[in-house]
Amino acid sequence: MGDPHALTAKATVHAVQNGDLTAEECLRATLERLYDTEQRVHAFITVREDLALQRAREIDRKVRRGEALGRLSGVCVALKDNLCTTDFPTTCGSRMLESFVPPYNATVVEDLVQADAILLGKTNMDEFAMGSSTETSYFGPTRNPWQLTHVPGGSSGGSAAAVAAAEAVAALGSDTGGSVRCPASFCSVVGLKPTYGLVSRYGLIAYANSLEQIGPLSRTVYDSALVLSVIAHHDPADATSLPTPRQDYTRFLQEDLDGLTVGVPQEVFGEGVDDRVCKPLRRHLDCLEGLGASWAECSLPTLKYALPAYYLIAMSEASSNLARYDGVRYGFSQAYTSEDWNTVFSKNRRHGFGAEVRRRILLGTYALSSGYYDRYYLKALKVRTVIKGDFDRVFQDYDVLIGPTMPILPFLLGEKINDPLALYMCDLLTVPQNLVGCPAISIPCGFVEGLPVGMQITAPPLREDLAFRTAYALEQCNHGESDDRH
Amino acid sequence: MMRMTATSKISEEDVKHIADLARIELTEEERRSFTEQFNTILAYFEILQDLDTETVSPTSHVIEVTNAFREDQVRPSLAPDDVVKNTAQTERGFFKAPKII
Repeated sequence: MGDPHALTAKATVHAVQNGDLTAEECLRATLERLYDTEQRVHAFITVREDLALQRAREIDRKVRRGEALGRLSGVCVALKDNLCTTDFPTTCGSRMLESFVPPYNATVVEDLVQADAILLGKTNMDEFAMGSSTETSYFGPTRNPWQLTHVPGGSSGGSAAAVAAAEAVAALGSDTGGSVRCPASFCSVVGLKPTYGLVSRYGLIAYANSLEQIGPLSRTVYDSALVLSVIAHHDPADATSLPTPRQDYTRFLQEDLDGLTVGVPQEVFGEGVDDRVCKPLRRHLDCLEGLGASWAECSLPTLKYALPAYYLIAMSEASSNLARYDGVRYGFSQAYTSEDWNTVFSKNRRHGFGAEVRRRILLGTYALSSGYYDRYYLKALKVRTVIKGDFDRVFQDYDVLIGPTMPILPFLLGEKINDPLALYMCDLLTVPQNLVGCPAISIPCGFVEGLPVGMQITAPPLREDLAFRTAYALEQCNHGESDDRH
Repeated sequence: MMRMTATSKISEEDVKHIADLARIELTEEERRSFTEQFNTILAYFEILQDLDTETVSPTSHVIEVTNAFREDQVRPSLAPDDVVKNTAQTERGFFKAPKII
């Protein structure tokens, strides 16, 4: 057995349940690693060692008494800081919520506690999940653990970096247009966006409700399936939660892909996609046939419309969702004397929100405003229907779709932050799945010039089994191939 | 309503109007830079107009869900102290807001 902090969730649970390691030993090893790494990477906003230690000892007492143990016994998990927690401030990476302590836990947080996971703390993120680099956080950027000069991706950059640097065994993020898969790709970890409605969004601070899902980040496909098994269930507290029964997703993992048909949309290797991310992908496609799958090129002709449609919908929903932040009931507020409420709210929102959040609220307000609604918001909703039709059509012929997760390699800190449109373009290949609601997983696909490349597997709605099966077989096939990292 | 054709650009005045609607104060410098950025971004969004959607209906929810009804039962709610614990100013257990009328 290796160092406890480097164990997978699967191995940790096994070791803790068998008494080979205590939960406290696992936690202390992880904390040591975390303190050693944090000053370079800055993956966390809040860590509570005291609470984590208390939890670890409770779990160890359960082990000693021979009590029933949860599926994540002793696994140190990090939470993106837009998931409500009563034990930690929940900042959304924003000055607006810098000191906000929610009065309730998100459903997924309760799920993790029930499963005997140890909550380590809250991870850094782009402010209100708006970004692809974790540079818009009010608390400063997170750095890519593989290359500290580069961004970790975003918006769940803290969660991905924490898992990649072994500061946590697994983490939760949220994915509105790629915010789990992008940092998973940039940090060489596994990141899943589940089917819309599979995981409860109760307690996830809203950015764009019709698009977002909470999803796991982990170092292996097995761990991703394990965490999903804990958090995927119907929840009456989320009106969009699907009435699906609980499932053990790990049972879908098998070594071969016999009979599986894989579509490779030609558009995902097209304009705007760096050839350097395509090469390792093509190499991995060769593995598919050896595993028993067959693959062919297919086409998603309306893919190029997904990005503008996504941004119009996300910005419109954001302008409505973030209207609640006026500084009265919670959130940043400045002292005022005699000003009217419009002036007070406008000042609170100017100083509480960073530039990218204000930009998206304003563009969303514009897209919904009288005279522009049809041209922008309604048009985007119609385009969404057309794109969904495209996906429905290819899924008649193929079980899963494969392509790169990100169109580019991880970029330098500061490289794109002053060019909003260039940053939006990074989401080219990850937003379609949010528009369509289907699951997609990003898995490591080797390194180019010392920087990670990710492969994305997309499956039809509620076919996480196909995504996991494909991801697992490719992961096993590529084992040991990633030695050229440094 | 702002008057603008497909090819015309969004002006600093338009941005100020939107910011007023959204209750966000902007500095003059921000008004200038946002105007420039919005024009770049909106010009890119124009490619949507190439796609004919005349006969297409909009999708606001992608996975079909029907109304989820339940019995109207009394359940525990948050304690009053928890409700106001994140606010800057309270008075007699209520939120205190700036003058509205």
